[in-house]
Amino acid sequence: MEELLREYLPILMFVGIAVGIAVALVAASYIAAVQRPDSEKLSAYECGFEAFTDARSKFDVRYYLVAILFIVFDLEVAFLFPWAISLGRIGTFGFWSMIIFLAVLTIGFIYEWKKGALEWE
Amino acid sequence: MIVQALTFYLFAGITVAAGVMVVSARNPVHSVLFLILAFLNSAGLFVLMGAEFLAMVLVVVYVGAVAVLFLFVVMMLDINFVELRQGFLQYLPIGGLIGLILLVELVLVIGAWVVAPDAAATIAEPMPAPERMTNTHALGLILYTRYVYLFQIAGLILLVAMVGAIVLTLRGREGVRKQRIAAQVRGRREERVELKKVPTRGGI
Repeated sequence: MEELLREYLPILMFVGIAVGIAVALVAASYIAAVQRPDSEKLSAYECGFEAFTDARSKFDVRYYLVAILFIVFDLEVAFLFPWAISLGRIGTFGFWSMIIFLAVLTIGFIYEWKKGALEWE
Repeated sequence: MIVQALTFYLFAGITVAAGVMVVSARNPVHSVLFLILAFLNSAGLFVLMGAEFLAMVLVVVYVGAVAVLFLFVVMMLDINFVELRQGFLQYLPIGGLIGLILLVELVLVIGAWVVAPDAAATIAEPMPAPERMTNTHALGLILYTRYVYLFQIAGLILLVAMVGAIVLTLRGREGVRKQRIAAQVRGRREERVELKKVPTRGGI
């Protein structure tokens, strides 16, 4: 366990450096820069106009559909990794168990293809 | 060892703080961002426990996909959140009651906890030492053979999720003209082009 965690120590250091730089950049602009806010400077600016609407707006539900289909196949790939490296030890049964899993998801893939869920119109 | 303990407290502290911020942040987009922070720190906690594969899956699946999905949902819901929060005190009694019932149920469940009879056998074969075998390899050895039913059920749940998402959200839009390449290629010259003899000064 100690050995394993020692391998992760550089990553921890990088995370620390990244956080440090991020904090330093924001803090430096607070400390070093001259700050003279007034209401005109702080108001929203959109090509010279007042902002018409909120920046967040409703968008098409199909973005959501594409994202959720992506998650399903993302999980499928996540299941493939342990299978791939232990394939030599788990034998034929393990191999076919994964093939059935893939076949089930392929049924779903064919369904979504035929339904036209992947097309944008 | 001391670094390990410090890292644990750092990650655990940030996770809890981010979790508090998820429910208390005013802007829902900010609370999703705090959720991502909580996921990342939980991934760090998993690494500390030696569960590398779970940590990486947490980053890839939860941070990469689920958090983006949450952002989508937050962006898509056209709810005035300031208005939504105004009834906070009004809903406090019933919300507190539900929370209390949940707490009592959880206490009852944990109070009635019995160690499974075959747990001793499971403990007798602990996780292989990380020097000998990686975490991912150890998972692969049991996931596809010993827990094959659970694995297949996971596949079926994914299938149901996929079909459900398509059924719920996919609507054919009226009046959309798509390009049908097969029909275009199949067309013959005779069907598309017609030669007309135009008489002089006549027109068609």
